[in-house]
Amino acid sequence: MSERILSVLVEDKPGVLARVALTISRRGFNINSLSVGPTNIEGRSKMTIVTELESVEQVKKQLNKLVNVIKIVELDPDNTIESEVLLMKVSINKETQTSVIEKANLSGAKSVDVGQDYAVFELTGTSKELIKFEKLLKPYGIIEMIRGGRIAIQTKL
Amino acid sequence: MTKEKLSGAELIVRTLEHLNVSTVFGVPGGAILPAYDPLYDSPIRHILARHEQGAGHMAEGYAQATGDVGVVIATSGPGATNLITSLNNALMDSTPLLAITGQVASDFIGNDAFQEAYTVGLTISATKHNYLITNAEEIPQVLLEAKHIATTGRPGPVLVDIPKDILNEKANWTEPKLEDLPGYKPTLEANPKMIQQAVELIKNAKKPILYVGGGIIHSKANKELFELSTKYNIPVVTTLMGRGAFPDGNELCIGMPGMHGNYTATTSIQKSDLLIALGVRFDDRVTANPKFFAQKAKVIHADIDPAEIGKVREPEVPIVGDAKSVINGLIEKLGDSEIDTNSWLNEIKDMKENYPLNYNQEEKGPLKVPYVLEELQKMSEEDSIVVSGVGQHQMWISLHWKFKSPNTWLNSGGLGTMGYALPAAIGAKAAFPDKQILALDGDGCFQMTCQELITASTENIPLKIVVFNNGNHGMVRQWQKIFYNHRFSASELTHHTPDYVALAEAMGATGLRMVEKSDVKRVFEEMFKTNDRPVLVDCVVDPDDMVFPMVKAGGSNDEVILNEDDLKNI
Ligand SMILES: Cc1ncc(C[n+]2csc(CCOP(=O)(O)OP(=O)(O)O)c2C)c(N)n1
Ligand SMILES: [Mg+2]
Repeated sequence: MSERILSVLVEDKPGVLARVALTISRRGFNINSLSVGPTNIEGRSKMTIVTELESVEQVKKQLNKLVNVIKIVELDPDNTIESEVLLMKVSINKETQTSVIEKANLSGAKSVDVGQDYAVFELTGTSKELIKFEKLLKPYGIIEMIRGGRIAIQTKL
Repeated sequence: MTKEKLSGAELIVRTLEHLNVSTVFGVPGGAILPAYDPLYDSPIRHILARHEQGAGHMAEGYAQATGDVGVVIATSGPGATNLITSLNNALMDSTPLLAITGQVASDFIGNDAFQEAYTVGLTISATKHNYLITNAEEIPQVLLEAKHIATTGRPGPVLVDIPKDILNEKANWTEPKLEDLPGYKPTLEANPKMIQQAVELIKNAKKPILYVGGGIIHSKANKELFELSTKYNIPVVTTLMGRGAFPDGNELCIGMPGMHGNYTATTSIQKSDLLIALGVRFDDRVTANPKFFAQKAKVIHADIDPAEIGKVREPEVPIVGDAKSVINGLIEKLGDSEIDTNSWLNEIKDMKENYPLNYNQEEKGPLKVPYVLEELQKMSEEDSIVVSGVGQHQMWISLHWKFKSPNTWLNSGGLGTMGYALPAAIGAKAAFPDKQILALDGDGCFQMTCQELITASTENIPLKIVVFNNGNHGMVRQWQKIFYNHRFSASELTHHTPDYVALAEAMGATGLRMVEKSDVKRVFEEMFKTNDRPVLVDCVVDPDDMVFPMVKAGGSNDEVILNEDDLKNI
C-alpha cells in the first residue's frame, strides 16, 4: 500500500486534534505521521496526516463532516515538497567523536550541542533522509531520537 | 443599543425563548442548578424525566414527531453520561437535538471534581458537534449555532457543556446572529449535471425502484416523492426509517425491505435494474451482505451527507443534495417522459399476491402481535403516531401497520435502543397533545425505561401504551432458536413479573390486560375511552411466535426465509 498525504485546514479550536484523531482511529486506520501547527491565516491551523489507506476517500469525507474542518486536500506526491525535523542524541568518545561529527555534518545535520560523551544533532529533510541518517549513526549508539512529524506543501498553485 | 447584564443561566433561558423553544426535557442537578432557577419563571415548559436517557428520548420523540429541534437538559457527570445513549441514538437516526449539560466549575475541570465527567470528550463521537463554553457572553451565539448545526444538513444531536461558574457569571445579552461557519456548509442543491445523468438512467430503466428512507422525512419531501413515483409509475420501497414517507396501501408502495422486510420489497430490489436511492444509507439491515445486494442494478444515490455516498455501494450516479431539491430536479428534467414499467409492476403485483405477509391467529390460541396490531389500527385514528421499541414487536409493527404519512412512525432504527418507545412517545405527545400517540413496546424494552410512566402521569400526558408481553426478549429468543439450538440463555423475562396492570396503577396510569382474542376489541375500546391519564395495556402474546420473512445477517437477500419450515433448509 502506498502512502497518502492529507493536508487538512482546520479552525484553531480546542479539541480539533482529538476529533480528527478519533475519526481516523475509529476506522482502524494507522497514522504514520501527524503534525499540527499554525498557518499564515489567523485562527487556522494545518494538519499534515500521512496514512496508508486503501480508501482515503471515506476518511476524507468523514473528516469533512467535522464542523471545525475547513478543507482537505490530498497532496500529489509528485508535486509535493516534504520536510521533517529530527533531533538525535548520540553517544561519543575520544575515538569516535571526529567521525561522528564529520558524518553528521556531511549528511547536512547541525550539531546543536556537543558534550564529553554525547552529541546532539538536528537534521531537516525528507523522511527518507532522516531514516538514512538514523542508520548511519546507529552503530555509534543512539541515546535518544525524536522526529517532529512530516509537513508537506504542494509545489504548484 | 441598550445592553442588560444577565447571568449565564438567564442567558440560556433567554436564548431558548428567543429560539422559540416551547418545551424542554431534563433532570436537574448541582452543576446545572443555576439554569433551573430562571427556567422556573419562563413560559418554556420543562418536563421532568425520571432518568436522563428518558429525557433524551423524549426530546428525540418531540423532534421526530415535529421535525423541529428537541431540547434536553442534564447535569454534569452522571446526568451527562446517562444522556449518551440518546445522543448516539439521535446521531444514528439523524434526529435534531440540542443537549445542554452542566459542568463542574472551570477551576475544577480536570481535577476529578465531584460529579465531573469529561462530557465533551465522551460525546465527541456520539454527537454531530459539541461545545465547551468558556465565558457567559458566548452562550447565546453558541446555542444559536448549535441549533443551526443540529437542524440543517444531515440533522443530528449537538451538545453544549457549560461550567457552573459560567452559569453564574454576568454578561451582556445581545441578540445572536448566525455567523459564517467556515467548516460547515451543507450542500442542499443538487448538481444539475448529476440530475441529468440520473434522468438518463431512469428513462432507460425497465425495472426501477425508488429505495427511500429517513432522508425523505427530514427533507419533508413526501409530496415530491409521491409525484415522482406516481407520475412515472416507479414503485417504492420504504426502509425502517422511511416508513410513512410514501403511503402504504398505494399500489406503488412495496413497504420495508431487508432482514425482516417483506418478500416483495427485498426481492424486487434484487431483481431491479435501477435503484434510485434517496436519503438512505445502504444499512446492513437492508442490504445483508452488500456483495449480493441488488447485483443487477445500477445505482443513483442521493443524500445530503456526502460521506454516505459510496460508503457501502459505489453508485453510478452520486448526487449530493437535499432530497426535496433532488426530487424536484428529477421531476423537472423527466418532464413528460414516459417510463414503461407496466410489466415490472405486474411482476411486483404477482410477488405481492404470491408472497403475502401472513400470521395465524387461532380462535382459542395465544394472541399474535400482527393480529392485535391489525385490530388496533382499525380502532385508532388515521393520523395517530406510533412509537416502538426494538425487537420482534418493532418488526411486526413496521411490517403490518399501514403508515399513511411521514412523522407518524417513531422508532430507534440505527442504534436499536431498547427503552426508546415510552419516553419518545411522551415527547411526541408533549409536542402534539391532541394527537393520538401509541407507544407499542416490547416487555423487555418497556422494563428499560418504564419509570417514565410516572413522568407521563404526573405531567398529564395521556398516551396509550401497549406492552407486547411475550415474557421474553423475543428477538433474542428467535435467534437462539435458529442459531443456538434452542438454548435460551438469559432471554426469558416471565409473563407475570412485573404485574403490568398493577405497575401502571402504581404509577398513576390505568392498567388493562388482554389475553385472548375475545378481549382485544373490548380492551382497546376501554383504552381509547380513557383520556384523562395514561393507559397501559398488558397484551399477553405468544412467546414462541417468530418474525418472518427473515434474511440471515451477512447472508444474501436472494435467500429470504419465509417461515419456520424454510428454516430447515438453512
Ligand atoms: C439497550 C439494548 N440492549 C440490548 C439489546 C439487544 N436486544 C435487541 S432486541 C432484544 C429483545 C427485546 O425484547 P422485547 O422488548 O421484549 O421485544 P420482543 O423482541 O420480545 O418483541 C434485545 C435484548 C438492544 N437492542 N438494546
Ligand atoms: Mg418481549
